[in-house]
Amino acid sequence: MPGVDTPASAATVFDLDGLAALVTALKSKGYRVIGPRVADDAVVYDDIDDVRDLPAGIGDEQAGGRYRLRKRGDSAVFGYTVSPQGWKRHLFPPRQKLFAARRSATGFEVLPPDPAPPPFAFIGVRACELAAMAVQAKVFGDKDYADPGYQGRLKDAFVVAVECGEAGDLCFCASMGTGPAVKAGYDVKLVELAGKDGPRFIATAGTARGEKMLGKLKAAKAADGDLKAAADRVAKAAKKMGRKMETATSARLKEFSEHPRWDQVAARCMTCGNCTMVCPTCFCTTVEDVTDLKGDNAERWRMWDSCFSVEFSYIHGGPIRSEARSRYRQWITHKLSTWFDQFGTAGCVGCGRCIAWCPVGIDITEEVAAIHESLKGRK
Amino acid sequence: MTMTASPKDPMLPRQFRIDKVRRELSDTFTMELTPDAKAGFVFKPGQFNMLYVFGVGEVPISISGDPGDRTKVVHTTRAVGAVTRAMDALKSGDTVGVRGPFGTAWPVEAAYGQDIVFVAGGVGLAPLRPAIYHAMANRERFGKVVVLYGARTPEDILFRAEVEKWRGRFDMDVLVTVDRATGKWGGNVGVVTNLVGRGGFDPLHTTAFVCGPEVMMRFVAAALEKKGVDRSSIWVSMERNMKCGCGLCGHCQWGPHFVCKDGPVFRYDRVADMFQVREL
Repeated sequence: MPGVDTPASAATVFDLDGLAALVTALKSKGYRVIGPRVADDAVVYDDIDDVRDLPAGIGDEQAGGRYRLRKRGDSAVFGYTVSPQGWKRHLFPPRQKLFAARRSATGFEVLPPDPAPPPFAFIGVRACELAAMAVQAKVFGDKDYADPGYQGRLKDAFVVAVECGEAGDLCFCASMGTGPAVKAGYDVKLVELAGKDGPRFIATAGTARGEKMLGKLKAAKAADGDLKAAADRVAKAAKKMGRKMETATSARLKEFSEHPRWDQVAARCMTCGNCTMVCPTCFCTTVEDVTDLKGDNAERWRMWDSCFSVEFSYIHGGPIRSEARSRYRQWITHKLSTWFDQFGTAGCVGCGRCIAWCPVGIDITEEVAAIHESLKGRK
Repeated sequence: MTMTASPKDPMLPRQFRIDKVRRELSDTFTMELTPDAKAGFVFKPGQFNMLYVFGVGEVPISISGDPGDRTKVVHTTRAVGAVTRAMDALKSGDTVGVRGPFGTAWPVEAAYGQDIVFVAGGVGLAPLRPAIYHAMANRERFGKVVVLYGARTPEDILFRAEVEKWRGRFDMDVLVTVDRATGKWGGNVGVVTNLVGRGGFDPLHTTAFVCGPEVMMRFVAAALEKKGVDRSSIWVSMERNMKCGCGLCGHCQWGPHFVCKDGPVFRYDRVADMFQVREL
């Protein structure tokens, strides 16, 4: 992922064949190409062989505790909102080996790391997802204790962003200031427009390597009409956000640790941790040690963890956060408020995944709105 | 772009040999480790290491040795979980994995020219001992050096021989109390907070370092404040679940803080409000 946005080159336009050529070019460069495809009744970001794997004509309906695919009635390939799981699972895998070690005469020795896998090329990254990558880049880019694996994968990844032309019912990137316009962090930006023979894409490069890649494709210069249509689409999406976050209040959540709303939400929250598993910025992990049967070879693995589990805060004597109230409070307060203290930004990008995948439909924007309302009339 | 050395991975342990193991209490032991580097091991009082037992797991353990001695790394541990129990079974000559040192330190320099008061509860004496060593090695820089220590019973007094030796010194005031007297105990009985009330230091020119269970630290801080010690001159050391020790795993969060890197040592006035919030 490029760190600095370079001036966009002149926009070009191509059709699905052009996109196919881009995928081929990325593959021939050695990239592992990941893009949206339908699996298990959902759009997932996984390996794609070519553009025929993309979810043509597929959209989604999302609501609290609900996610369904639908037929759009057109042939758009980026016509869904967001995948249940973001790009996080590729850049920050759910299970990662920290090291392998072998018993030796003098104790144990740490074995050399596995060779790095090929770099990723991501096709179809939304503005909110770019923002999530930028958030995790801060989390794993501490000046003293950075995670070199994460940084390497992110730096090497070739990012093809696709700007949203529609907003989903659970989207609130506009109020988080993370979208829907794609502004930074991409190598190539696409806007999908409907054409009479299938989708067309307005492409701009954000980096030198993006420009070089686009230069290999047969493409025409984008017409003014197309550019205007692209701008209109994203402007329309910004106005149609399904949700809104009261950001002035959400940033202050840490001041309200004793608010009665925590009891109210705790009565509904099942502390299942789904919200943390689908969140594109949640970064908490635990570790697991495994050995072979003889105990001569050991591995340490780092795995996603959730602040909703009782074990998460366990210290000798018992867990710190034994009640659902304290665990929900920890998650939302961290995400929206104390994240600023730690990383200078909110930990929420407004993608709405935590709302869709909460089995009881708890809505992060609604919880903040309730506290926001309760503050009216008091200083 | 020129090739640079791959960035350091904070999750990879170094291998330190166990030089000595000493039993302290029925469930508590001290290990002296020999660092893997010629330059030795440099740490500040109050910092901790992540200690890895091959194939079993890793735990955060404070350093209990002398910060002036780079040739060894000393850890005092209570065997209460799977990893610490496995560690208890290790012997001299075995190897442990070490990552660290991590975390903030007792700001001993901030106490120069002042009375320095150490208040410890139970195994909370272990993370304070490096600071006590520093104070005694730089005795002329401080006013009074006071150690107030509370243990559950006389059998639970950590570093007992050393504490008795400290008590015998003329340049150090040491008071010990137990929650429950057993055997021939003829000393103080009651919580360590009572010892704070007795004073023996100039509250307006005192820096206090407090380490023990959270509830003990809260009451000790209140007793110190009542004596006239300013909140900003009181320091506490926090304990939380930690998997990484360096701000990556998220487990140790306490309000806006990562206890592993923003702490474990905190200035009390900066966290006093959070002490009042249950299950934060």
